[in-house]
Amino acid sequence: MRAHPGPRLRYGARRTGRAVTGRPPWMLLVPALAGTAFLVLPLAGLLVRAPWSTLPERLAQPQVLQALRLSLVTATVATGVCLLLGVPLAWLLARTSFPGRRLLRALITVPLVLPPVVGGVALLLVLGRRGLLGSWLESAFGVTLPFTTAGVVVAEAFVAMPFLVISVEGALRAADPRFEEAAATLGASRWTVFRRVTLPLIAPGVAAGAVLCWARALGEFGATITFAGNFPGTTQTMPLAVYLALETDPEAAVVLSLVLLAVSVLILAGLRERWVSRV
Amino acid sequence: MRRPGPDSPQHGGLRARLAVERPGFRLDVALEVAAGEVVALLGPNGAGKTTALRALAGLTPLTGGSIELDGRALHTLPAERRPVGVVFQDYLLFPHLSALDNVAFGPRCQGASRAEARRAAAELLERVGLAGHASARPRRLSGGQAQRVALARALAVRPRLLLLDEPLAALDAHTRLEIRSGLRRHLADFDGATVLVTHDPLDAMVLADRLIVIEDGAVVQQGTAAEVARRPRTRYVARLVGLNLYRGAADGPEVTVEGVVFSVTERLHGPVFVAFSPAAVALYRSRPDGSPRNLWRARIDGIERYGDNIRVHLDGPITASADVTPAAVADLGLSAGQEIWAAVKATETHAYPA
Repeated sequence: MRAHPGPRLRYGARRTGRAVTGRPPWMLLVPALAGTAFLVLPLAGLLVRAPWSTLPERLAQPQVLQALRLSLVTATVATGVCLLLGVPLAWLLARTSFPGRRLLRALITVPLVLPPVVGGVALLLVLGRRGLLGSWLESAFGVTLPFTTAGVVVAEAFVAMPFLVISVEGALRAADPRFEEAAATLGASRWTVFRRVTLPLIAPGVAAGAVLCWARALGEFGATITFAGNFPGTTQTMPLAVYLALETDPEAAVVLSLVLLAVSVLILAGLRERWVSRV
Repeated sequence: MRRPGPDSPQHGGLRARLAVERPGFRLDVALEVAAGEVVALLGPNGAGKTTALRALAGLTPLTGGSIELDGRALHTLPAERRPVGVVFQDYLLFPHLSALDNVAFGPRCQGASRAEARRAAAELLERVGLAGHASARPRRLSGGQAQRVALARALAVRPRLLLLDEPLAALDAHTRLEIRSGLRRHLADFDGATVLVTHDPLDAMVLADRLIVIEDGAVVQQGTAAEVARRPRTRYVARLVGLNLYRGAADGPEVTVEGVVFSVTERLHGPVFVAFSPAAVALYRSRPDGSPRNLWRARIDGIERYGDNIRVHLDGPITASADVTPAAVADLGLSAGQEIWAAVKATETHAYPA
């Protein structure tokens, strides 16, 4: 595509009179608008094609509520698990140095680029009934994870944790470590420093990471269906229900999608107001 | 952990040799500070003052030497177990805690209950005159208030060694004056050893009992402010105290510096320092009559305002500063690049062994 010489010249001429501000260049504006349309139009399509007349009764169906509840609960528990394990992991990556730290960080980011289905297969190989850890878990504790609600949480946490770790590690690197030194001179142990100084300082980063993590867990599909299956009531989360409905009853799929969209937007918007914008 | 209270033995104070080696930098200084004494580490940027302070606090590991406080080894303890209070250059008050909770942080870490810690913190805030700001977050405090909260926070751990890193550097000139005198009072009340780092000679002279000048990681001079100001031993110290300083060879009443002969009142032999004030230098357009001593030909390198006077920077066999009145500058028609004669009275030069 060729550049538009006209606007560029006019822009150049304006620059002599007015500093750097002015109309955004077409070369940026046009793709930006196209990008906006690309992201927003499918959502608009969902709203347009929704069966509004039958919506109330479809929403009241027990399967919908069941899937929605399961999705919200598992995404929230998975986020909790990610916080519990991911924040200390991020701290380790940001505040200590040990041989293999770079390798560890690289490994942790693998689930970000791994197709979730592959993640699900990997989970099955390790935590499945005949898996490396799974067989031991079953014989020692009688615990089986695949095809259970706990398995859904495991699959979601596996896929979502890198988002949290990366965002918290970024917050830790941005936080001034001298506050931690000041706390040490006041007699604080490293744990107290972490709890009373580091954590409050990076709270916005942790919250942003948790939101990202929760959103990723809520939308998880591939790893969940592979590792936990698709059983209504125990492992069938909203994305799974949408996919299944698409094959049998497309209108139901639209309704479920609409619900998922509404919940995501509502919660993200609510949290964004409070936390994310402060980062 | 227990820290010694004010009733613990007073003998000893701080006795340390700090060696810190890093690629391209080496610090090796010995310090002795009695309990109740305030010592200022003075030096140009990059001299190693802050590194020395961090080493005392335990934030930078020593590569050699030792630290002893009140007769006990300190260098073997981690930072959080040293009975040391630190006031950092930009205070580093915890932004998420109120002034009161900032001060109460130390006592809490030492195992005091929340109520006890807050009571102690409130007392300290009152002592520094900030009882009314106890609930304020640090970003609502002015620079001077933040400095006092930082001091209260450092004192709250009942330290035996108080460290202050450029405690007044972040303040504007007006606040500085007021905070400096307040700080002086608080330091006088403190019964442990105090080490403060500054590059401002005025802060050092007002706040400290004794100065230790550090350059390039080593102690170049120490003594009371008066001693240091009277007999500077490096260019840096001379510039701080506003003197021209030269190293020369003495032979009785005469000292030769780069071919310029100075008559001095002292009788010395061998290597000596000669110092004189810029105000003692007189400038002439043509060679004045009389003795050729204390007289040299100079080229004007630059002219700038200096208080009510004009400071003339001279180049030539020796570089020097001369303070003259604006009227003299006009009369002599001085300008940069001009060649002139400079002279200084024998009674105003001061020589001492190098």
